[in-house]
Amino acid sequence: MANTRKEVEVQAERFAFSGRGEVYSFTTVQEPPAGYEDQSPYVIGLIRLEDGPLVTAQITDLDDQPLAIGDRVEMVTRKLTSEGERGMIVYGYKFRKVLQRA
Amino acid sequence: MRDVAIIGIGQTPVGEHWDTDLRTLAADAARAALDDSGNAAVPQAVYVGNTYGASISSQAQLGALVADYAGLRGAEAFALEAGEASGAAAVRAAYLAVASGAIDTALVVGVEKATDMVGTAKVAARNVTLDADYEAVHGATLPALAALIMRRYMYEFGAELGNFENFSINAHANGSLNSNAMYRNKLKPGGFARAPMIADPVTLFDGAPDGDGAAALVITAGQNAADLVPHPVYITGSAGASDTLGLAEREDILSLSAAGLSASRALAQAGLTVQDIDVFELHDAFTILTALALEAMGLAERGTGWQLARDNRIGLAGDVPLSTFGGLKSRGNPVGATGVYQAVEAVLQLRGAAGANQVANAQTALVQNMGGLGSTVITHVLKG
Repeated sequence: MANTRKEVEVQAERFAFSGRGEVYSFTTVQEPPAGYEDQSPYVIGLIRLEDGPLVTAQITDLDDQPLAIGDRVEMVTRKLTSEGERGMIVYGYKFRKVLQRA
Repeated sequence: MRDVAIIGIGQTPVGEHWDTDLRTLAADAARAALDDSGNAAVPQAVYVGNTYGASISSQAQLGALVADYAGLRGAEAFALEAGEASGAAAVRAAYLAVASGAIDTALVVGVEKATDMVGTAKVAARNVTLDADYEAVHGATLPALAALIMRRYMYEFGAELGNFENFSINAHANGSLNSNAMYRNKLKPGGFARAPMIADPVTLFDGAPDGDGAAALVITAGQNAADLVPHPVYITGSAGASDTLGLAEREDILSLSAAGLSASRALAQAGLTVQDIDVFELHDAFTILTALALEAMGLAERGTGWQLARDNRIGLAGDVPLSTFGGLKSRGNPVGATGVYQAVEAVLQLRGAAGANQVANAQTALVQNMGGLGSTVITHVLKG
């Protein structure tokens, strides 16, 4: 069976995502890797961005709110992990549920 | 290309081998395989399958180490790393070397010491096979990514958690008969969905346990094989395929395209269809992977792979026998060795030497080993 080759953009054009999307799937990690213990248990999901792509990221600030596939979420910047007490802090994107207006 | 045959098999029990080091496990399996072949041919090459040597065992360059301890110092020797498909990658390397005529006889050794680390350090060491920049950095783990697929699958197709339990019950029923299996307990119906969650909906009774172990094959040119041993088993199809490393990059996370591609390539080479296969050893690290692999190979329609388990078609007497020695779930998952264990078990079936685990009149077997959640997939078709 022949392979097909498709063009991969190595020098991709810069594109700013809206940061909004919806939950495509999610789970709660009960057995975290080293560096993530202090956040455990945490929720990680696949987010379908409004702009099209799917991304893997944590869903944060949930407290005790229920979460379901299809929930609207927005991107926030958070600490992902830190490399020990004196090491580098790694920041990145997470998502939180879009707050309903009161 | 020459025909290729397996003339020797060896394996250690899978478990927590805290009193045995990696080189000794590898040497034990290698010696068993060479003895099983009647020492009919001396391998000129040693191909080692291993995944976590560097991250768990602090040991790379396993080719030289294993060749030496297998008594083959001087042979061409190197290790292959293809995530959890490393074992099958080593089998494929041996197949290619022998089929091409470059090597007459090769030794394949899959070896892993996966239980020498525990807790969060172990999870981090295991995470090296994930997409580091886009998934592992977010705290993803392999069970968590499997859970993302499984939850979406259940949502799209209306499958319930309990619908997957017969995959695990079948694996443990078969593994209970295998003295090399890590967990020989049987699972009771109804327990699967109530088991503790690792990453919901993936439970403790869903994900396969990591174990230590080594398995080995002696592979030689098919034309001589019948003169060397009483019952050679022929590799009539061998093919790999790849998919995105990161789960989020997939065009469709509910389709294991590399599983379908590698199986169809291997079957086409063997001149068979999937319906011709008598025994299946699939990569049942998670039940969702088995369901999706069955769909990818055309044994079930999209969204219905779990129904083969529900309908009791996967037992030793079923029409699609799976995990006949317990699979990854019950035999255990000695990660980089798993693909070699699968091949050893398929050879036992095709020799008619599987004892209580025997599938009646097994003539053909399909063995599929998967790296990650289908990023690397290697399939072999074997004939007795």
